[in-house]
Amino acid sequence: MSDGYPEYMRKSIEKVEATREKRASIDFERMKPEESQETLDNFHPDYRKEGKHELKVGPSKGELAPIELAELLESPSIIDPSEIDLSQVDYDVEILIVGGGGAGTVAALWAIKEGIDPKDILIATKLRHGDSNSMMAQGGIQAADKEVDSPVTHYLDAIGGGHYTNQPDLLKALTRDAPEIIKWHEKLGIMYDRDENGEFVELPGGGTSRYRLHSAGDYTGMELMRVLMDESRNKGVPVLEFAPAVELLTDEKGNVGGALLMNLETNEYYVVRAKSTIMATGGFGRLHVQSYPTSNHYGATADGLIMGYRVGIPLRDMDSVQYHPTGAAFPDQVIGLLVTEKVRSLGGQPVNADGELFVNPLEPRDVEAAAIIRECYGKEKGITTPTGMRGVWLDSPLIDFKEGEGTVAKRLPAMVRQYERFNIDMTKDPILVFPTLHYQNGGLVINADSSTPVDGLFAAGEVSGGVHGKNRLMGNSLLDFNVFGRRAGITAAKHARRSQKPSKLTLDHLSKYNKELKDAGIERKNPSPMLLPEYRGKRVLERHLDVQVTL
Amino acid sequence: MAEEEDKKMIEIYVMGRRYKVPEGLTIMTALEYAGYKYVRSCGCRGGFCGACSTVFRKEGDYKLMMDLACQTAAEDGMFLVQLPFVPAVRAEFEIDELNIEENDNVMLEHYPEIARCVSCNTCTKSCPQDIKVMDYVQASLRGDIDRAAKLSFDCIQCGLCSIRCPADIKHYHLAQLARRIKGRYIDPKSSELEKMVQELKEGKYDEELEKLCDMSEEELKKVYDERKFQKEG
Repeated sequence: MSDGYPEYMRKSIEKVEATREKRASIDFERMKPEESQETLDNFHPDYRKEGKHELKVGPSKGELAPIELAELLESPSIIDPSEIDLSQVDYDVEILIVGGGGAGTVAALWAIKEGIDPKDILIATKLRHGDSNSMMAQGGIQAADKEVDSPVTHYLDAIGGGHYTNQPDLLKALTRDAPEIIKWHEKLGIMYDRDENGEFVELPGGGTSRYRLHSAGDYTGMELMRVLMDESRNKGVPVLEFAPAVELLTDEKGNVGGALLMNLETNEYYVVRAKSTIMATGGFGRLHVQSYPTSNHYGATADGLIMGYRVGIPLRDMDSVQYHPTGAAFPDQVIGLLVTEKVRSLGGQPVNADGELFVNPLEPRDVEAAAIIRECYGKEKGITTPTGMRGVWLDSPLIDFKEGEGTVAKRLPAMVRQYERFNIDMTKDPILVFPTLHYQNGGLVINADSSTPVDGLFAAGEVSGGVHGKNRLMGNSLLDFNVFGRRAGITAAKHARRSQKPSKLTLDHLSKYNKELKDAGIERKNPSPMLLPEYRGKRVLERHLDVQVTL
Repeated sequence: MAEEEDKKMIEIYVMGRRYKVPEGLTIMTALEYAGYKYVRSCGCRGGFCGACSTVFRKEGDYKLMMDLACQTAAEDGMFLVQLPFVPAVRAEFEIDELNIEENDNVMLEHYPEIARCVSCNTCTKSCPQDIKVMDYVQASLRGDIDRAAKLSFDCIQCGLCSIRCPADIKHYHLAQLARRIKGRYIDPKSSELEKMVQELKEGKYDEELEKLCDMSEEELKKVYDERKFQKEG
């Protein structure tokens, strides 16, 4: 038995064990529409009005956004246009891809298929190529390819899960392209879980009415990203690492013509001129909206939203944020890390301190998260950790109980390993979970071909909005970056072929934006994009000397 | 978060310099508490990306240990240094042109240095994922690509194996090649997928999808709430 739990938590675990056999056969009724609405209204962080701010400037003026994002949107740029010499172009390319995660890498591969020479592409990324939320996705990727399923059912599941707010043409693209994407993955050599005949082993996810989730153990995102990066290297796509875009560049007509990058180690800037620019910077988990912990990677700081907004791209559905129902709540070292939905897909149940099952394990994510918060803070039936964090049990041993010993170890190796490092054996003991900030549902407005309302700019993946409406279903984000990364690559390639090089690069849009801020009387002191979150100790920062040492 | 005064403090050494940090942090968050702001050596912070390879020694122990900074608890008396980059060479290939049926020597051809493996097992001991690294190198040498792919599946490509290897093998790139060959050539293909792709080409679902796109919220709600759930996969 593992010894990672203190004595009082173990007492509660005994209650979970006592009810396990009985619970195993319970098919907990799904919430009726009225009950799920009431649970969301009362317990989901998105439905707290005080967490939102009405935007005062920009193309989405008047709309709501989380305060943490609004503060960045309503701030001046980290760069001063008067200090930048745009006449010296450092990189002159057909396609600039901002962001080296899933969407960006897929876009590069499809731009090449569309006839662009790899040498004429540049991927500029803030950390290393592949450092992204794509890499961390565990559960799987949806694609309707079974006899009992179809893209039509997939569409219906997703639009209901998204509260009917998804942009229909985007959702159609997502569900219709899905099988073809899996076919492409087969050719690239992605190792999906299959049965002996080669058919995919598929699971249900929260809110899906079919078994549609393709996975590669619980390393699905990592397996995809590894292969995509490997292929990108084979093709010789140039990648600039530790060189985030800090602003987009516009031509005299206001169209996008490249970006300004910054070398994170030397602080030198680089001017990139591009006929097409693809924004693929991912999401905003590291803004810690409403002080939630996050499952996101270190660089998820909303940079693309900020840069895109300043050139005039409206945002949509920014008022909704996805809190994954099951983030780790114990031990302290792993708080906020993702516990994949696949634990519930395989049969694991959320259980309260008394060992009671209190919700169907596979409600759509927002409803499931709200139900867990309700159990902890409405019904006071959560478990409080030694440092004051509340959570409920996720009964993982139930999976082995139902499916046979060894199932957890075989199907969830990443999860088992994560807990083993902290002396918890999740094959024998349940794990403590609480919702964690997971996904940016909304984002930059795009069309079905991944173009944005501003000429020369394209967007794909988590930075874009509309595909998932106000709530994404499990397994649709890996699919999203493949479908729209591909479309962005193809559309950007076509655009580059019929366009001239931008004649003159400017930062005029920044001056305009700054004037708008001034006119609105906004004076904020946190310039953006943020680039990296701040986690240094308080004491150190208080004593921090702002001195430049020159040799 | 409890106030730091309430917390028990431990001492760690970052590249030799001593810092006091609260107990209960990972190596990564301990370094941040001490005042380091990461640019390199920090990626997903969740054990999936391999950016935060860390080499450390514990006080009174001569052994060098290896692990991920984001997945390892900081302990009193740790001497720490992180690896920002691994300069490993990688063989290029064209996935469509690897002919494994006529060539059972693909692995050795792309990575001839695997023949230098002396079976010292240092790679396996260095792996933060507990992968049997040496075993998959040996499997590759024998041409057992399927086994090499399976054994290496959990690899996060941190590079600790390759940094320690006395034979200069680039294990994690070798493993990537094995997995792609397995996914592409060894695993049987799905006929269900093939059928669906074909049906989509013929436009089988286009009309129904269009219909859904044009539905009002009320109509959609009705169809959505009437969905039947598949009971077993």
